[in-house]
Amino acid sequence: MLAKRIIPCLDTIGRNVVKGTSFVNIRIVGDAKELARRYEREGADEIVLLDITASEEGRGTFVDVVTEVASELFVPLTVGGGIKNIEDVRKLLKAGADKVSINTAAVENPDIINQIASEFGSQCLVVAIDVKKRGKKSWEVYVKGGKVPTGIDFKDWIVEVEKRGAGEILLTSIDADGHLSGYDYELLECALNYSNLPLIASGGAGSLEDLYKALKIGVDAVLAASIFHFGTYTIPEVKKYLKEKGIWVRLD
Amino acid sequence: MVKVSIIDYAGGNLFSIVKAFKYIGLEPVVSGDYKDWEKSDLLVFPGQGNFSQAMIKLREDNKDVILRELLKEKYFLGICLGMQILFEESDEAPGIPGLGIFKGKVRRIPVDKIPHLGWNEVKLEKESMLFKDIPDNSFFYFVHSYYVDTEEDIVYGLTEYGVTFPSFIMKDNIVGVQYHPEKSSSKGIKFLKNFLEEIKKC
Repeated sequence: MLAKRIIPCLDTIGRNVVKGTSFVNIRIVGDAKELARRYEREGADEIVLLDITASEEGRGTFVDVVTEVASELFVPLTVGGGIKNIEDVRKLLKAGADKVSINTAAVENPDIINQIASEFGSQCLVVAIDVKKRGKKSWEVYVKGGKVPTGIDFKDWIVEVEKRGAGEILLTSIDADGHLSGYDYELLECALNYSNLPLIASGGAGSLEDLYKALKIGVDAVLAASIFHFGTYTIPEVKKYLKEKGIWVRLD
Repeated sequence: MVKVSIIDYAGGNLFSIVKAFKYIGLEPVVSGDYKDWEKSDLLVFPGQGNFSQAMIKLREDNKDVILRELLKEKYFLGICLGMQILFEESDEAPGIPGLGIFKGKVRRIPVDKIPHLGWNEVKLEKESMLFKDIPDNSFFYFVHSYYVDTEEDIVYGLTEYGVTFPSFIMKDNIVGVQYHPEKSSSKGIKFLKNFLEEIKKC
């Protein structure tokens, strides 16, 4: 049976892994390559590496960081942050990424989804969607690291990205991110109703039960940063807990 | 040292597989040139892309014919799509024949949630040295929308996703895996090392 995936997320500035709250108040938590390797050894099913510098000089560095992180990593590596065009994608895949995650570029130019899917295959394209709640069962898509509202309704957007060839959805609730008070479960249910794509839940996990609740609803993977970086739980602790609760996970 | 060629047929992302072979101490050559293939002990056909593209590309310069000849003597590891092209035809490419080394057809996985993506178990049907020290029902990483449907007696491992399909096949020198050993952490690396040990014995 296909296992539910546990995915640590590394937000990076240069080689440093950092973590903030609701996308601000940033702290350094470790070195990207070391953390990625440690998480693989501990049983991470994938690693997500995001460049949050979003500056031009930062971009070159990020490609080098991807190469380094990928060099001895033997689980899938997804990279994202500031990808603007197909050339950026090519560079990152060449540097050793298995998948790329796009967000702002997809909203600004949705054709890029079709282009990446046809050139490199849907399997390597994760579309990241950041949303803020705007009412009962209604969410708005935000871009540029959660700063800029787009006026786009989340439900419309998730349907469109699937149609255009996305391979997976990485869904983040900006309201919940870094607050450690649980995912936005209504949002996850809504996403599952509107899309057949593998869904990665992100933003807000603070306890083992939060991870369990998201997986129980039916998401395919959970992404978390703070609980792993700050040592609240290790990956084996998470997986053991989930297995005991009846969630199918990969344990060695 | 065992000589490995990674068959470069469509410029796909070969980084992971090259990295994995380097990690186990080899110096793989990435090449679309059959002269390099001829010099190798092990040919690896890695896993991305689609069936028709791969077969059309291989037919240029008759590389399909050359590859079929080489498969009579060289060790071969087909990963994902590289396993599927060993069969006769695919739902992914109607009218475009595969290499036809084995009888069988490649079919689309009959479930809504496609691709089959993530970690799934490989249940061993037969014992194999390639799974030495790898427990039955170990998890490997999969990404695919099509699977092999075959009656031939070549199935060593099975995996379930909507259907139960062959995830590890083998006959003499030819091995095919639907999973990606290069992305399957320590189990995947162990599988490649075991394969290497088998080649060294000969």
